[in-house]
Amino acid sequence: MLDLALRETLTGLADKGRRYAAPPLPVASALQPLLPEGLRRGSTVHVAGSVSLLLALLGTASAEGAWCALVGLPMVSAEAADEYGIELSRLAIVPAPGPGWATAIGALLDAVDVVATRPPARVVPGDVRRLSARARSHESVLMPFGADWPGADVRLRIREGEWEGIGPDGYSRLRRRRVVVTAEGRGRAAQPRTAQLWLPAAGGGVDTFDTLAAVRGSAPASPGASESLAAVRGAPTVSPGASESTVVALRAG
Amino acid sequence: MPPRMIAVWCPDWPVTAACADVGTSDEGPVAVLTANRVVACSHEAREFGVRRGLRRREAQARCPELAVLPRNEAAEARLFEPIVLALESIAPGVEVTRPGLAAIGVRGPTRYFGSETAVLHALSRAVGAAPAEEAPAGRPPADPITALIGVADGSFAAEQAARQGIIVPSGESAGFLAELPVSSLDASGDSPLIDLLRRLGLRTLGSFAALPPGEVHARFGPEGAWAHRQAGGRDDRPLAARRPPAELVATLDLEPPVDRIDTVAFSARAMAEQFIADLAGHGLACACLELQAITENGEETVRRWRHAGVLSTVDVVDRIRWQLEGWLRGGSHPPTGGITRLRLVPVETVPLGVHQQALWGGSGADDERAHRALARVQTLLGHGSVLTPMIDGGRDPLRRTRLVPWGDAPVPEHSPEQPWPGHLPAPAPSVLIDPPRPAQVLDATGQAVTVDDRGVVPRPPARFVLGNEARAITSWAGPWPVDGSWWVPDAPSREARFQLVDVQGRAYLVTYTTAGRCWTLTATYD
Repeated sequence: MLDLALRETLTGLADKGRRYAAPPLPVASALQPLLPEGLRRGSTVHVAGSVSLLLALLGTASAEGAWCALVGLPMVSAEAADEYGIELSRLAIVPAPGPGWATAIGALLDAVDVVATRPPARVVPGDVRRLSARARSHESVLMPFGADWPGADVRLRIREGEWEGIGPDGYSRLRRRRVVVTAEGRGRAAQPRTAQLWLPAAGGGVDTFDTLAAVRGSAPASPGASESLAAVRGAPTVSPGASESTVVALRAG
Repeated sequence: MPPRMIAVWCPDWPVTAACADVGTSDEGPVAVLTANRVVACSHEAREFGVRRGLRRREAQARCPELAVLPRNEAAEARLFEPIVLALESIAPGVEVTRPGLAAIGVRGPTRYFGSETAVLHALSRAVGAAPAEEAPAGRPPADPITALIGVADGSFAAEQAARQGIIVPSGESAGFLAELPVSSLDASGDSPLIDLLRRLGLRTLGSFAALPPGEVHARFGPEGAWAHRQAGGRDDRPLAARRPPAELVATLDLEPPVDRIDTVAFSARAMAEQFIADLAGHGLACACLELQAITENGEETVRRWRHAGVLSTVDVVDRIRWQLEGWLRGGSHPPTGGITRLRLVPVETVPLGVHQQALWGGSGADDERAHRALARVQTLLGHGSVLTPMIDGGRDPLRRTRLVPWGDAPVPEHSPEQPWPGHLPAPAPSVLIDPPRPAQVLDATGQAVTVDDRGVVPRPPARFVLGNEARAITSWAGPWPVDGSWWVPDAPSREARFQLVDVQGRAYLVTYTTAGRCWTLTATYD
C-alpha cells in the first residue's frame, strides 16, 4: 500500500518535472481560449483550413525566440508572416522536400521548436507514429497542415469565415475577416472549444472578436481594429447614375 | 622625428594594371575610368590634356585616339603582389598604402646592408627582378614595370620623394615638403580640405605647416590636424606593417583514394584539429569555412559552411561528413572516383572570445542546434532547398517576398522601408501563387470581364473560374491600376488588381493584364 502510494507520488513528481522542464510555447492572447496552455512541447497540433491560422499560431512563439520551419507548404508571404509576428530570421522554409520528406522532418524536429508541414498525399502510418514520437522525445511541436493526421493531440480548424470591408459594388478593400475556429483533441484538450477571431485583424495579425464592439459600431476592440463593421458599411457609395469622372476620381483616391 | 622610410611608387598604376589585364600595350594614350570619370591616365594622355576627374566625353574630345579602359582593382592588387614580395625580400613589414604604392622602414635593412645606398641598390635589383605576371597565351608578355623609389623621413614625405624619384637627406624633409602644393596632401584630389586651403590662400604645404597646430585642430578637426602634421613632415605614425600572410589553409592528401565517408572523416579528424589549433594560435576562430574535396578523376565539390558561433573540431568533421554524404550519396552527379584531397579554407575568422555563448545555455545553444539541423537538411536535399524568407521592396506582393538559401546573407534588392506607393495595404495575402495561375473572371452573362483604358469595369465580375472549377463571387474590390515599366520600350505592363471573395468566403487577389486581356490568380488570402 505504502509502496503503491510512493510510486504514484514519484510518477506524479516525474510528470511535473517533465512539464516544468520545458515550458509550453506561448500563443497570441486571442488564441488562448483555444489553447489555454499554449503549444505544449512534444505535442502534435493539426491545423486545417487556413494558412493564416497556422501563421497566427507560430507568431508569438517565434517572436519570443522559437525557431520555426515550414516544410512542403505553399509559398507563404513574408509580409503576412511578419504581420503575425513571426521573426523571419528564425523561419526556415523547405518548399519541396520530395521523397526525403520524413527524413527532413525528423532532422528538423531535433532542433527546431515548431515544424509545420503539409504531409505528402500518401503517408506511411509508421512515419506518422515515428514523427509524432520524435516530436515528443525532442520536445518540439509537430504541426501537420491540411490532410488528416491520425493521433494528433489537438486539431484546430476554421469553421466559417466572413470578410469585412469589401462589398458587392466594387468599393473599399479587404480589411479583416471574422472566423470561427474550433479546437478539439485528446486528453486535457478533449472538450471542444470554439472561439471567434479576427483573422487577419485590421492591419494584419490576429485579434479577439469582440461581439459588443461589432454590434455597437463603436468602442473598438483594440487600437488596431478601429475600423468597425458599421463604419465600413457606412462608407459613401456612388449611385449608378454618377458620372464616370466621379467614379474615376473616387477610385483614384 | 618620424622614422626614415623608403617608398616605392609605380606611376599610373591603374593604367598599367588595366592594360596588363586586357593584354594591350600602355604605349598610346590610355585612360582608366570609374563611374564615367577618369581616375588615372597614361603620360601620353596627360600630354593631350586628359586629367583626373574628367568625364569620358571630355577626355575623348581632348584626345580622340584615347583608349578607355574600366578600372580593375582586383588586377591592380594582383599585379602589385610581385613588387610587394620583392620588398618583403629586403625587409619584413611592408606597408601597402594602395596598389601602386608601398613603403618599408629604412633602419632595419640599413643595419643589415651597411648603408642606405646599399639598401637602395638591393631594392632596385629586387624590384627589377620581380617576375612580371606570366602573360596568358596569345597575349604579348607584360611590359616591365616602371617603379620610382624615394627616401625621406616619414611615409608621407617618402611618398612625395618617390613621386619625384629623389632621396631627401635626413632631417630635411620639412624643407622638401614646404615647396610642394597643398594638393599633394590627397592623391585622389577630391578632399574638401584642399579646396578649403586653396580658398584660404594657402597654396603650399609650407604655408599650411606654418599655422599654429592648436588653431588648425580647432578649425579643421582631427583630420585637418593630421594633414597639418604631414605637411610639416611630422607624421610620426607607427608603420602599419603588412605581415606575411599566415598559411591557415589545411590540406589533406589521401593516398590511395578513399570512397568511404567514414574513412575520410576519420582521416580528416587530425587535419581538423590542426586547422582549429593553427587558427587559435593566431588568436582566431573560424566562423565561415570553405570545404573543398577533389576526386582522383578531377571532380570537385566546394561549399561554404557558416556557423552561428565558431567552428570546433567536431563541427568541422561533421561538416566534412555532411558535405561528402550529400555529394557521394545524394545529388544528381555523384563522383566517379575516390577522394584524393580535402582542403579547409577559413573564409571568415573572428577574434577568439568574441563569440561566446550565453552563460546559462540560453538562446545561443538553441540557435546553434537549429543552425546545425538546417545545415543537415541542406546537405540532404541540396543547398537551394532550405530557404529563409525576407521582405523586399516592391509594389507587387510576389516581389515583396523573396526567399534566399539558408546561410546566404538576406540582402534586399530594394529597400522595403521606402514608401512604395501603390503596394497593397495590410493585411497582406497569406499565400502567394508563383508563377501566377491563369484564371477567368466572368460577368453575370458569362462573358469575360474587361477593364477599359480609363480604369473602369463596365460589367461587374460575377464568377471566377480557376481550372475547371467555377465559383460565384459575392464581393469584389478594384480595379487598382498598375502602370508599370512604361519607360521600357516594348515592355510596358498595364495591369489592374482586384480582390474577389467567393460564396465560401475565400478571398483572392487577381490581376488583369490589359495587353492580353487575361486574368491571373496572384495570391490568396487563405
